Amino acid sequence: MTDRPVLAVEHLTFTIGGAHIIDDVTLEVPQGEMLGVIGPNGAGKTTLFNLISGVVRPTSGRILMEGKDVSATAIHTRARAGLGRTFQTSSLFPALTALENVRLAAQVRLGAPISIVRFPRATDDATRAARAGLDEVGLSHHAETEAGVLSHGDKRKLEIAMLLATDPRVILLDEPMAGVASGDVAGLSEVIHHVHTSGRTVLMVEHHMDVVLGLVDRVAVMHHGQLLACDTPAAVMADAAVQSAYLGEPL
Amino acid sequence: MSTIVLLLITGLGLGALYFLVASGLSLIYGLMGILNFAHGSFLTLGAFAGWELARRMGGDSWVTLFASMAAGAAVGAIVAAATEFLLIRRLYNRHIEQVLVTVGLALASVALFDGIWGTDPIYVTGPAWFAETTEILGARVPNDRFVLIAVAVLVLIAMVLFLRLTRYGLIIRAGVENRAMVTALGIDVRKAFTLVFAIGGAAAGLGGVLASHYFGYVSPQLGGSLLIFAFIVTVIGGLGSLTGAAVASVVVAVLQQFANYYLGGTGDLVVVLLLAVVLLVRPSGLVGRLA
Repeated sequence: MTDRPVLAVEHLTFTIGGAHIIDDVTLEVPQGEMLGVIGPNGAGKTTLFNLISGVVRPTSGRILMEGKDVSATAIHTRARAGLGRTFQTSSLFPALTALENVRLAAQVRLGAPISIVRFPRATDDATRAARAGLDEVGLSHHAETEAGVLSHGDKRKLEIAMLLATDPRVILLDEPMAGVASGDVAGLSEVIHHVHTSGRTVLMVEHHMDVVLGLVDRVAVMHHGQLLACDTPAAVMADAAVQSAYLGEPL
Repeated sequence: MSTIVLLLITGLGLGALYFLVASGLSLIYGLMGILNFAHGSFLTLGAFAGWELARRMGGDSWVTLFASMAAGAAVGAIVAAATEFLLIRRLYNRHIEQVLVTVGLALASVALFDGIWGTDPIYVTGPAWFAETTEILGARVPNDRFVLIAVAVLVLIAMVLFLRLTRYGLIIRAGVENRAMVTALGIDVRKAFTLVFAIGGAAAGLGGVLASHYFGYVSPQLGGSLLIFAFIVTVIGGLGSLTGAAVASVVVAVLQQFANYYLGGTGDLVVVLLLAVVLLVRPSGLVGRLA
């Protein structure tokens, strides 16, 4: 943890018409950490992700990636700098096969040559990256399946594979378990765990507390736009301020 | 029997022409949501370009025919790409303006063609083989029909392979499904827009040269008359669907031929009735899927 943090936000504030959606949040995420972000609805979790990924610009404060201020840069600039994210709503192309979905994402990273007549071979870089991405989330057997007919859990895995194909160093997962059948939660947790242990830094907003506590190194608790606590799961659960303000009663 | 065979093969030939126009219309609508009323002008211009080249090369040889087809496709592609780049690009998601611009372009181009080549039809001749017939099951089928059908099938195969196997094909198919998400992935879809216009224009230009041989003449009105049926084909096949356009082209053209022969020239009426039935029963068209 002596390294420079891969991602840091400093005194981040975002207001709409005087209301503080995000209120003076300061947070450092070291390389390779998995950080859970929890908090009740309206606490500002998704807004925090939108600020970090560049969907909205902060009112004040800074966002640093590996020490560089990216607060004013565009979404695709941050994506190219190694920041990837999923959204709460599904972002797949249902009529394309799983492999084609991931290939499309891989093309962005590898760049599509101007040539339109050169057929990509099965072994070209984008296809290889796509197959590796599918393999990593355990969807290789569904490579030729249309994305639209996959189960909810597999769709989420496919989104993660698309994300991995763009080779991000920092991954923001926005409620990856939302809408996933309870039987698929364990498998998806395993995929997320693997994504993390393979060396990537992961931030995850999630309501399933058991999932969060089982996966993450630290938990950030948001409440009314403020960062209430940020510590190991055990320490956060024991924190009196968290218990009274967010959880309402001792766990 | 021989009449049925003749009507069927002639219908397939006409269907080939419809497909060459409708494939571009369908791709353009599927990716960009644009109804391109100027598409007939690409066809007419392709036909005139092919004829001008054939006139200069002289002779009615196969080489001349293939050269004029290549010229028609090239001119169609260039003019279509330029139309997208100079006019349409500024009007994405402004549908009323798009309709006004493409309709205006169609009207203005017909007037321009009138001015350059005159309003009278210009008669064209192909290779000598075109003027002959081949006997199939007792029917004497004009030979140009076979070339039309073969070219349309090749164009369909080429388009499907392009969409299925190339990087831009993948971007176009994804864009037809969800254009906003393709943009969110960081892909510049504007190149794909220009490319789709160029492909559609090439098919239309090629169709123009073939149409001039099918009908035996070129005129400034050539594109407009085919465009109406191509739009009907596109709607029946399902907007944005290439295979749908292919299937609907054949169904519409064959039905038209049979109705014209057996129901006293009511082919156009029957086609419009078919359109109404499809819109009532299956509003998304026969095939609601690209390629």
